[in-house]
Amino acid sequence: MKNTIATALALTMLTVSGMSVAAGTPQSKATVFTPPSEATIPDDEYGRTIRMGKNIFDDTQHYAKQYVGNSLNCVNCHLASGRKPDSAPLWGAYVRYPAYRTKNNKVNTLGQRIQGCFKFSMNGKAPAIDSPEMIALVTYAHWLSSGAPVGATLKGAGYPKLAKAAAAPDFIRGKTVYAENCQICHGVDGEGKIIDGKTVFPPLWGSTSFNWGAGMHRIDNAAAFIKANMPLSKGNTLTDQQAWDVATFVMSHERPQDPRFTGDVAQTKKEYHDEDCKYGDTVNGKVLGGSN
Amino acid sequence: MLKEHILKHILFTAMACIPLMAQADDVAQTIINQGNKQGAVACMACHGIDGGGNAAGGFPRLAGLNQTYITHQLQSFRSGKRNNPVMQPIAKALSDTEIEQLAAHYAAMPLPAIAPAGGDPALLRKGEAIATEGDWDHGIPACFQCHAANGAGIAPDFPAITGQSAAYITSQISAWKSGARANDPIGLMKSVAGKLSADQVKAVSTYLANQPLTIGNQK
Repeated sequence: MKNTIATALALTMLTVSGMSVAAGTPQSKATVFTPPSEATIPDDEYGRTIRMGKNIFDDTQHYAKQYVGNSLNCVNCHLASGRKPDSAPLWGAYVRYPAYRTKNNKVNTLGQRIQGCFKFSMNGKAPAIDSPEMIALVTYAHWLSSGAPVGATLKGAGYPKLAKAAAAPDFIRGKTVYAENCQICHGVDGEGKIIDGKTVFPPLWGSTSFNWGAGMHRIDNAAAFIKANMPLSKGNTLTDQQAWDVATFVMSHERPQDPRFTGDVAQTKKEYHDEDCKYGDTVNGKVLGGSN
Repeated sequence: MLKEHILKHILFTAMACIPLMAQADDVAQTIINQGNKQGAVACMACHGIDGGGNAAGGFPRLAGLNQTYITHQLQSFRSGKRNNPVMQPIAKALSDTEIEQLAAHYAAMPLPAIAPAGGDPALLRKGEAIATEGDWDHGIPACFQCHAANGAGIAPDFPAITGQSAAYITSQISAWKSGARANDPIGLMKSVAGKLSADQVKAVSTYLANQPLTIGNQK
């Protein structure tokens, strides 16, 4: 497990009845949780901060633009304004921080975890812990988690981890899956769709997508997200194999450099990419992570 | 008369100079006004002179829709993937070339003046929530997640959904539910339509029909 999200994923595999579905994960009960309705946001300073947090989450490009270095919004990976189960909902994460992360070998607060999102997934700069943007995001996550037990494993937290692929995940098969199921929105070159400056369909690779340090560049993570959530509104319609294959295809394309880049791809790979990813691998004659 | 002769001469010269595109457009305009004499009746009878459709009849706006989208719809009527007893014989009576010409013509037409249809405020609010936020508790994404902000559409596969009547939107969602319309790419609309309740269909149709038609389909 490379980070806490992955840990949360594994724990998420436990069902309400306590039946373990993933080998090697501890037996425990996952709690069913429903975040509060938006209509209950109070009309006071706390409520206004919640709304600001939601605005940043849905339209990061606009409300936190000084911290963003690509075309993505938080909501692209955390669907339904961070509410949707199995789409790394904010309420699933909130109750699990502070937590130890192997990614930086430290106990991180939720704020520090969100700083990581900005640095890697948003390919930008981390807002300070006491910045208005960070306060708003943490407040929004706190409100979404109203009533959830601290430290609980909530059903639907993270992305539901996929069992190992039956056949080794394959770029070529993934390309076909992509063309048939993903290209209509994400484009033939993974460029997504941006209209009037607004990202309608997020870019999946290339210079405007997340960088090589983002959790989503890991194939196991991407496959889990894709299986549960893609195509939008048709989650769980692809087979596990299709999800593994298409995740492999998507994550075998170039994207912005890992901000932890040491100046050498091989060394950066050795130091930071001991995980299910293609960073530093040679795909179609090019070293991924080597062209920027 | 001499004047008439000169006019005819000028017209003839002009006609001789105009490119093929314009001739194609004349063909389209003729079909729109009179039909093609092969069984396709005049489009304007139902879709209006300005291509704005007919709300009472549930006939959609065509003016300003994306060309590829219109072509795809006419081909779908022909094949039956969009099963519609009125449009099927018309589409079958059109040649491939005529379909292309009509699609190009309607795509290039200016956006018609369609006034927001109004509606019960509570219903409009409910519809707005579906259009802008979705109903993820039931796996329903926001309309505007795929049809772009304000429902302007994303060419070529996601049509504009504003500037259409509530009757038309409702009939299409019903058609996806029943399978009468099965020409949506990768079954996205069938999936969404199947999850929408009757109340939600009413609310979202009312909301969409109340949106100003400020921008057409993204070209």
